[in-house]
Amino acid sequence: MPSVVTLITPWEFSPTALVTSLGGAILYWRGMRQRRRENRRTGFLPALSFYLGLFLMYAVMQTYIDYLSQHMFWVHRLQHLVLHHLGPFLVVLATPHKVLGRGIPVKWRQQFLLPTWYSWPVRKTYRFLQNPVVAPALFVGLIYLWLIPEVHFEAMLSETRYKIMNWSMLIDGLLFWWLMVDPRPPSGPITLHYSMRIVILWVVMILQIVIGAYIALSEKVLYDVYSVCGRAWPISPITDQTIGGLTTWIPAAMMSVIGILLVIRLWMRKSAENDQESVSVADSKQV
Amino acid sequence: MAGYYNTEKSVPFKIGLFCMLAILLLLTGCNGGDEQWHTKDISGLLPPLVFTLTSANRGTVVHAEDYRGKILLMYFGYMHCPDVCPMTLSRLQNAVSQLGKGAEQMRILFVSVDPQRDSLQELAQYTQAFGRQVIGLRGSQETLQELTRRYRVTYGYDKPDADGNYNVSHSSAVYTFDRQGRARLLIRDKDPLSAIVHDLEQLLGEEG
Repeated sequence: MPSVVTLITPWEFSPTALVTSLGGAILYWRGMRQRRRENRRTGFLPALSFYLGLFLMYAVMQTYIDYLSQHMFWVHRLQHLVLHHLGPFLVVLATPHKVLGRGIPVKWRQQFLLPTWYSWPVRKTYRFLQNPVVAPALFVGLIYLWLIPEVHFEAMLSETRYKIMNWSMLIDGLLFWWLMVDPRPPSGPITLHYSMRIVILWVVMILQIVIGAYIALSEKVLYDVYSVCGRAWPISPITDQTIGGLTTWIPAAMMSVIGILLVIRLWMRKSAENDQESVSVADSKQV
Repeated sequence: MAGYYNTEKSVPFKIGLFCMLAILLLLTGCNGGDEQWHTKDISGLLPPLVFTLTSANRGTVVHAEDYRGKILLMYFGYMHCPDVCPMTLSRLQNAVSQLGKGAEQMRILFVSVDPQRDSLQELAQYTQAFGRQVIGLRGSQETLQELTRRYRVTYGYDKPDADGNYNVSHSSAVYTFDRQGRARLLIRDKDPLSAIVHDLEQLLGEEG
């Protein structure tokens, strides 16, 4: 059994992971403090959701879990479940952009961040990535891409490709889940209608079930890199693959179900507001 | 329908598809030349060879640089290994012996991942039994871990039985380095002998 120090130290230290995680945590904390000064509460649940998501993503990238992910297929699938689904989902569920924004010093925000964010290349790229066809294609496409046996083999062998793989999953996870759970009403130019979100979540669920089931039920070993590089502990390659396939299949599909329930809640809340508005409009007309 | 903001689905979709194909092409590697390899080409995927270990044959500390100019076949194993290690070593030796004169430029490095049981003396006897080109290398757990981590392989020990015997899990692949110490090929146990010989001949034919 590895020691506690081994468990919590990064297997391959990544300054990027440390800086972004720590930076995110500090900015959020500063933002909460700033908002309290302005007499606005942030809420315990959003803060918990944000920090939990951030912590989970850091943990799967920068602890012993990362070592296991490189030497066990099913742990790798679990790592991606956190990087692509659970972690980003929890982070965006907190709708953290307002708090994070307040956490950034005013000068930086005014002079650098906002002008960059509203510059046309950034806007154009963002809108392209958040297009209702591109976003789900990218979300599922990345899962399929990194699971092509040859691509997977090389990603597990090369440190650079391994990093590209994990970061692409994380960043795309944030983009996708934000598009899905964005609480702003779908009248703006970059928020999708609720029905569209439900369709997208359903489609990505089906496609993930397909690949997950294919891997889980496959009778031959698809990913031999774990035999080539040695497994973390003795386990039969087929068992490893079956558990990995099930991880890609069931929890990932469940995330879509949770997403759909959330979207329905947003939708109902919105239509309740609309009803109230129309009632008050009708009332005022009667007067 | 007012909520949807895209009017043209086809254009972004095409661009997206194009980008994905481009990434795919980039990843599946078009970084090689015209050479066709029959074992796994790993050029550019792994860092060049670096190590400091004790050579069982010479009884002295050796570095990776000492073997520049030679084509190296590096394998992680252990002497008590029941079948895979001796089989791999004899297969490699077999391939090397088919190279004729080229065999002089090849070295098979057998890195022991069980230094506790594999003494230098026994390791020397063991490796020499397979052939002149086979070199046994031994190091501390620390240096071993550094080397295996560099090549993204792992190894582990089972619990010892009543007689103190235990199994060791290790990598099944042979890492092949060219004369400059660059990682070039990965020979897997499913690769046929003819493929190994073909690729080693091709490596030998390279300038350097």
